[in-house]
Amino acid sequence: MTKMQQLLGWVDERFPLTAMWKEHLSEYYAPKNFNFWYFFGSLALLVLVIQIVTGIFLTMNYKPDAGMAFAAVEYIMRDVDWGWLIRYMHSTGASMFFVVVYLHMYRGLMYGSYRKPRELIWIFGVLIYVALMAEAFLGYLLPWGQMSFWGAQVIVNLFAAVPVIGPDLAVWIRGDFVISDATLNRFFAFHVIALPLVLLGLVVAHIIALHEVGSNNPDGIEIKKKKDPNTGIPLDGIPFHPYYTVKDIVGVAVFLIVFSLIIFFAPEMGGYFLEANNFIPADPLKTPPHIAPLWYFTAFYSILRAVPPILGSQFPGVVAMGAAIVVLFFLPWLDKSPVKSIRYRGVIYKTALALFIVSFIGLSYLGTQPTSDLYTLLARIFSVIYFLFFLLMPWYTKIDKTKPEPERVTE
Amino acid sequence: MKTKLFAILLALLPVAAHASETAVHLDKAPVNIYDKLSLQRGARTFVNYCLNCHSANYMRYSRLQDLGLTEQQIADNLLFTAEKVGQPMNIAMHPADGKKWFGATPPDLTVVARSRDADWLYTYLRSFYRDSSRPTGWNNIVFPNVGMPHVLWELQGEQAAHFKTEKDHDGKEHEVFEKFETVKPGKMTKPEYDAMVGDLVNYLVYMGEPAQAQRKQLGIIVIFFLLGLTVLAYYLKKEFWKDVH
Repeated sequence: MTKMQQLLGWVDERFPLTAMWKEHLSEYYAPKNFNFWYFFGSLALLVLVIQIVTGIFLTMNYKPDAGMAFAAVEYIMRDVDWGWLIRYMHSTGASMFFVVVYLHMYRGLMYGSYRKPRELIWIFGVLIYVALMAEAFLGYLLPWGQMSFWGAQVIVNLFAAVPVIGPDLAVWIRGDFVISDATLNRFFAFHVIALPLVLLGLVVAHIIALHEVGSNNPDGIEIKKKKDPNTGIPLDGIPFHPYYTVKDIVGVAVFLIVFSLIIFFAPEMGGYFLEANNFIPADPLKTPPHIAPLWYFTAFYSILRAVPPILGSQFPGVVAMGAAIVVLFFLPWLDKSPVKSIRYRGVIYKTALALFIVSFIGLSYLGTQPTSDLYTLLARIFSVIYFLFFLLMPWYTKIDKTKPEPERVTE
Repeated sequence: MKTKLFAILLALLPVAAHASETAVHLDKAPVNIYDKLSLQRGARTFVNYCLNCHSANYMRYSRLQDLGLTEQQIADNLLFTAEKVGQPMNIAMHPADGKKWFGATPPDLTVVARSRDADWLYTYLRSFYRDSSRPTGWNNIVFPNVGMPHVLWELQGEQAAHFKTEKDHDGKEHEVFEKFETVKPGKMTKPEYDAMVGDLVNYLVYMGEPAQAQRKQLGIIVIFFLLGLTVLAYYLKKEFWKDVH
């Protein structure tokens, strides 16, 4: 035995290092037919690491103080060595996190990755999505620009629409009667420690649940049903390491090209990643003419605006917006189709999914625009389609004409 | 599936970033942050004309070394509002006084080119006209009823604005800007004045993000490195996947 093997043996008697390596990498058997859409899980993990590491370095130079925050960001952009790069990685990373997560969720919708026995993976995933939205919202206040301030003002005021306790609730969240230094300090605390802890815990749960039941694949069939009688290894499974680790490196390299093109050549992404108005320091006395959240929230913002107020209360819109997210949790039980993957589904599900995607993108676009009669009408139509996709799912997935699933994975 | 991905990417494309207050046509600003002489001229105009009422609190004088100037040159020619070149471009005017005198505190201009785009600034600084109904005697086509008087009037001269009445689709009448007329010529000809404002806006764009030249240069190296990495990773993957059928 070499010295390294002796050391490994010493560790293994005290900690299941080799066992964990095998369970999660070298002997975790993933279907061999993963396609393009399967890059986004590992990419989400990559972006999480980028956000945490750049976030640590930003925290070293940032000041969570209403009088100093805006200047602190400009200090990072100008006087901190490589500060501009760290800041752009973090601001671009926030938006790219949502790009990657949205594509990851869409993959799940296409191939039925939320179906039995993967309900908990989906639920943990939606919880990650909710935590990520909270994390992004809290972080957006920190640069203390006009959009930081007024965006936070609008969102916290949604809580004020809750009947009876609303106004007190909003004061409790802000720690003040308006967005102020107290709000900035608590948002900073939540952004740099509370939410990242929750996110990390949920990501671990998401992966443990995944490795317990095994990965789905573009054919939506269970590879564990066909095992080699001698080894007990799924016939269509290959060890995650080295096969998918080397494959994911290709995905990482291509992703980093896109990521770098944005960071180095278009860090503002034409106002979608960094808004022009956020380069004006927060001014509580001056409301910007058009307040829009960043692009990844605008679908839900559209739903909020699409619901007409009842008796002057915005509360129904707030409920609709919340319901649009809550409904995601029920997806595993709404889908009654005998097949999982879109490859074997009928024309009804394919149409429903296409309409849903068009509605989501449509709502996202409308949320960035000021309202008009036409846009409000469109937002209402898209909102109805959004909800009908879920609410009618038990019915249309049952009557849809599906094709038979193959015995083994294709390709 | 590919078309859906395309649709998602399309939705991310920059469309309308800067919401403008008026529907005035904006002229294209001649921005070139690699033209150091233009930036030096712009910096000179900035410290001479702007940096009295407007601050640039996040910009240090010493950073002007980016423009090819030495610390001594900066200290001798541009250092008007501070003692040392390491200090930021602060001003002596108190914000509350500014509010009293102009109706609104003149905003800090460090990142103004990032909140207002270059074309807006370029057009705005060339669109002042005489308006006796305003307290300052000046008005602006791009920023109607702006608090700022025309600081550069000696250079540009005085303009009068002509408006015409137009009917919109609903038959309502609107006053629409038609053209400027020079009432009193300034020290500069129109091309000279436009070039001077162009240099100033170029400087403002630079000052909004001094690292931008370095950012773009580094970006090219990073992209080439990643392209190489992608090729290597692709062949590594191919080699490992040979036995997967």
